[in-house]
Amino acid sequence: MIKHLLDITDLNPDGIQRILETAANLQPEGGAIRKYPALRNKTVVNLFYESSTRTRTSFELAAKRLSADVVNFAVSGSSVDKGESLKDTAQTIMAMGVDAIVIRHKASGAPHRLAQWVDAHVINAGDGMHQHPTQALLDLFTIRQHFPSFEGLRVAIVGDVTHSRVARSDVQALTMMGADVTLVGPPTLLPPQAEHWGVATTADLDAVLPKADVVYLLRMQLERQQAGFVPSLREYSRLWGLDSARAAMLKDDALVMHPGPMNRGVEISAEVAELPRSMIIDQVTNGIKVRMALLYLMLGTPGEVAANG
Amino acid sequence: MAETLLIAGGRVVDPAAARDAVLDVRIERGRVAEIGPGLAPGGARVIDAAGCVVAPGFVDLHTHLREPGREDAETIESGSRAAALGGFTAISAMANTDPVADSAGIVEQVWNLGRAAGLCDVHPVGAITAGLRGESLAEIGEMANSAAKVTFFSDDGRCVGDAALMRRALEYARAFDAVVANHAEEAALADGWSMNEGDVSALLGMRGLPAEAEEIIVARDIMLARLTGGRLHVPHVSTAGTVDLIRAAKARGIPVTAEVTPHHLTLTEDAVRSFDPVYKVAPPLRTKPDVEALRDALADGTIDCVATDHAPHTRESKDVEFDAAPCGMLGLETALSIVLTDTALDVSTMVERMSVAPARIRRLAGQGGPIAEGAAANLIVFDPAATWTVEPNALASKSRNTPFAGRELKGKVLWTIYRGRVVVAEGRISNGER
Amino acid sequence: MDAGDVSRALARIAHEILERNKGAEHLVLVGLLSRGEIIAQRLAERIAEIEGVKVPTGSIEIGLYRDDIGLRHPPALKTDHIPPIDDKVVVLVDDVLYTGRSVRAALDALMDVGRPKAVQLAVLVDRGHRELPIRADYVGKNIPTAHGEQIVVRVVETDGDDAVLVAERGES
Repeated sequence: MIKHLLDITDLNPDGIQRILETAANLQPEGGAIRKYPALRNKTVVNLFYESSTRTRTSFELAAKRLSADVVNFAVSGSSVDKGESLKDTAQTIMAMGVDAIVIRHKASGAPHRLAQWVDAHVINAGDGMHQHPTQALLDLFTIRQHFPSFEGLRVAIVGDVTHSRVARSDVQALTMMGADVTLVGPPTLLPPQAEHWGVATTADLDAVLPKADVVYLLRMQLERQQAGFVPSLREYSRLWGLDSARAAMLKDDALVMHPGPMNRGVEISAEVAELPRSMIIDQVTNGIKVRMALLYLMLGTPGEVAANG
Repeated sequence: MAETLLIAGGRVVDPAAARDAVLDVRIERGRVAEIGPGLAPGGARVIDAAGCVVAPGFVDLHTHLREPGREDAETIESGSRAAALGGFTAISAMANTDPVADSAGIVEQVWNLGRAAGLCDVHPVGAITAGLRGESLAEIGEMANSAAKVTFFSDDGRCVGDAALMRRALEYARAFDAVVANHAEEAALADGWSMNEGDVSALLGMRGLPAEAEEIIVARDIMLARLTGGRLHVPHVSTAGTVDLIRAAKARGIPVTAEVTPHHLTLTEDAVRSFDPVYKVAPPLRTKPDVEALRDALADGTIDCVATDHAPHTRESKDVEFDAAPCGMLGLETALSIVLTDTALDVSTMVERMSVAPARIRRLAGQGGPIAEGAAANLIVFDPAATWTVEPNALASKSRNTPFAGRELKGKVLWTIYRGRVVVAEGRISNGER
Repeated sequence: MDAGDVSRALARIAHEILERNKGAEHLVLVGLLSRGEIIAQRLAERIAEIEGVKVPTGSIEIGLYRDDIGLRHPPALKTDHIPPIDDKVVVLVDDVLYTGRSVRAALDALMDVGRPKAVQLAVLVDRGHRELPIRADYVGKNIPTAHGEQIVVRVVETDGDDAVLVAERGES
């Protein structure tokens, strides 16, 4: 297994399959939550420069269910807040003896810099607008629970792709596994260079829905209206929001997914969020399993393995 | 007193005199005394230039010396050392210091510090606007008439965004036959950028600066130069589109000149994939087609000269996330080598672009050649074939932010003679007599 | 051991289990994934033939309980099915008993899941070289081996035939 997970492309399809299969075999359904001693001697640090209860808790639980010790360097109240540089913080953490650092940061590339300065495994929990590899893994896992293969699967990713690290990781992960990806959204929020990503792009959501196997909604933030990317959130919602009428256009077995947290009423209506085809809660559960699998495989592999898988 | 020197057996490349031949050069009392084949040494210190090129010293139109204010990154003294080692006998100290060089007092201070260092001519650049704030003109006349005799004005790092103000600057500077150089970056398109806007920024999720942000301002400034008859200089050209604009302007006889940095002649936005802030610079590294257009433009003279935009930053300030790092790269000590190694420019054209043209743009007496009897002896001897590896810790600059660390380059300055004094001997700063 | 030997050994073990536990009440068979599970199922079938009772059977994945995590490449995990074990007599079943470390891991996994009344161990082959104080209650056959040798167990369900072979390490 790779030493660091900074971009989803650090993994090849075999590596991804390995993580998904391992995740599938953890925490079998219908039993009590199992706690495994596998990472008993390991310490995992959560270094979260952006506050995020959801992802941080997910990593924390994943590490704890493998019996690892977890330390949270949260933004407020720590030396991080007092202006200590990322490099200084990294060296402080390493001086304390740590096996893995999970980092979320608002600057693209921060995890890559961190990996230059520390010996520990570095896991990117979201860097700026760049990547969110574990989100892509849990999204693949969720899809695989419902579809036997990714090959040719039609996935529509809807919304603010330009500012979305989730979109970048998911596009790469899905195309790597053979899926057919279409990006849907206002032209101001789809990078024109996406044409070179091996995906289709369109502003017409209604044309895409009837054939989609998965509709993946991205969070639409208020700041985008304020910065002039869209005239208003209301208009965005009317043209690109998934409401019940649009959900009815979907195939019977199509899934609706969202990385959370949702802006109910903007990109997704409250009713659609609660449909049986909505995988949003499953994504959260799967997040813990996938992160457990990743930690187990990364920290359970001796020395440094340069190759994937 | 300066010694008597004889530079023997070198290929004298002197475009200002249309000369390219193996000749000896004799220097006495700070001036070229004689130039010809097989000169007798007659008690002079002989510098063996066999196999090397003898040229007028390079002139840099764009240097950041950081003093006053950021002496932790560079001082006028350390920057002068870096310049001399790079073969520069004249450099231009940009005005974005702290305090800003927008008054006679500050530019005279820079001027004096340059003279005290005594390793090259340090020509202060004056700010166009007071405090670089882009609101009102700085006291251009005062600075022009000061001991520093400022004839080159720039708000570099900042762009003069107000067209009316830029027009006034071009008009007003005419009274002093001064050049106005505007850092071209349309602020409204430049929100939070850290690299070029394009394929790589889309992939890396980084906010980008589109080429158009530069081209819009260059187009505007060219039209204002035409309107006012002022002397416009375009600093650090970085896009093919800007090259086209300059070419068209020159074809119409508009008095515009332009420079390009060594790093823009060789590096592209792909370097940023490493997220190493050493590659963060303004204007940003662009695409391969841009690099090719810049090389062609430098070769055909659309771009008049090479200017380093030497921009030192302390190690701590660059040892951060890409977004948080300041823009800028070192350039003085690697300029010659990058141009020789990474472009197809022949030696004579290179000397023209790095010495003759910039001296002419700034109307500097005693720089840029011709190497003729009575001329000030500002000369260099360099070996175009010698190779060396760039080792950041071995650079004379106080900072280490060179994007060429570890590269093996061709072309090494062996001797720099400034006003007839040896300041660099055999590739090292000389502690010779002052 | 050939197919016949394997069959007779399993039959004998089944009898021994019933004899020692005075019947099939409170018994649960749990096989270490993956051959142990197959052998456990065969034992359950034999017990059903002899006593007419269906003993609950399951499997256990020890991958996350190994003591060599981080020392070698993690083997693939499989999903296990551990039936209720509180107050039961759990018979752990594996194909080969060697250093005893796998059984130690299985014991830890069982203890995490519940509190059995007792745990016994049944193995098809004991090849010696114990590194922990673990012993089997029921053994199909003792086959002393050298460290450089390998015991290869084949079962019809996955390998096409039943057999136990001794091979040099590295041979398939």
